[in-house]
Amino acid sequence: MSNDLQNYIPLLMSFGLASLIATTLLITSRLLGPRIQTREKLMPYECGNDPVGNARDRFSVKFYLVCLLFILFDIEAIILIPWAVVYRALAEELGNKLFVYAEMMIFVATLFVGYIYVWKKGVFDWSK
Amino acid sequence: MTFQQLLFIGFAALVLGGGIAVVLLRNPLYGAFALITSFVGLSALYVMMGAQFIGAAQIVVYAGAIMMLFVFVIMLLNVRADEERPPRHRFLVWLAAPLALLLSAGLWLAVAGVQGDRAPSGEAGTVERVGKNLMTRYLLPFELTSVLILLAVVGALHLAKREKE
Repeated sequence: MSNDLQNYIPLLMSFGLASLIATTLLITSRLLGPRIQTREKLMPYECGNDPVGNARDRFSVKFYLVCLLFILFDIEAIILIPWAVVYRALAEELGNKLFVYAEMMIFVATLFVGYIYVWKKGVFDWSK
Repeated sequence: MTFQQLLFIGFAALVLGGGIAVVLLRNPLYGAFALITSFVGLSALYVMMGAQFIGAAQIVVYAGAIMMLFVFVIMLLNVRADEERPPRHRFLVWLAAPLALLLSAGLWLAVAGVQGDRAPSGEAGTVERVGKNLMTRYLLPFELTSVLILLAVVGALHLAKREKE
């Protein structure tokens, strides 16, 4: 195994441990737990209250819009990571800290325009 | 068989199993969860190939954001669990096997010439490499990406707002 991948052993172990715990909990509760089914127990769970109406209802398109915006700003967030990782090294190499900083700030500023636009359009206003 | 090969087989099985489950499961939400499983395996395969950044992006963007969109679409479409199966065309079933065979043959032809012992270049996909190239060599495409995302923000807003007019 290459040296590089050895860094991922802890991640692999936590992945394995998480799957192990999840499957063990499911299997043991299935094997050991009593199954007495009443009408109340089989009801859909809505924070303890009796369910109101069918869960398969039409959802407002607003949720969908928030989700779309989340994807776009999520992409922005993941692009920040490589920049942050190389920031110090690259600033030393180019001898210009401000340049490397400005590179990302231009990127963020462009997206911030979009954010303000969306805000002004009232996407985050839930009462409308 | 080395430990790494064992890992590869495990994660490849996760990818394929997830993919098959997406096709076979009737409940669209279960299908979405199976797709997440597939994405996790895919991310691990990327990391094993030395493309750590893509691996991380696979989890953060695909398994996180894109899958959320999928689930929302399932909710918006309001698919009923007890919905009737669409009518099957019998001849399509008979066509599937030869076409799958053809695809496998084509893939085999494409892959057969590749030397098996070629290790993936360890450096190319690291976060440091991606960051450095993004900030120097590919600076213009990088900045233009922000404009592209801005366009997507405006586009998404107008697509979803249309119903009010």
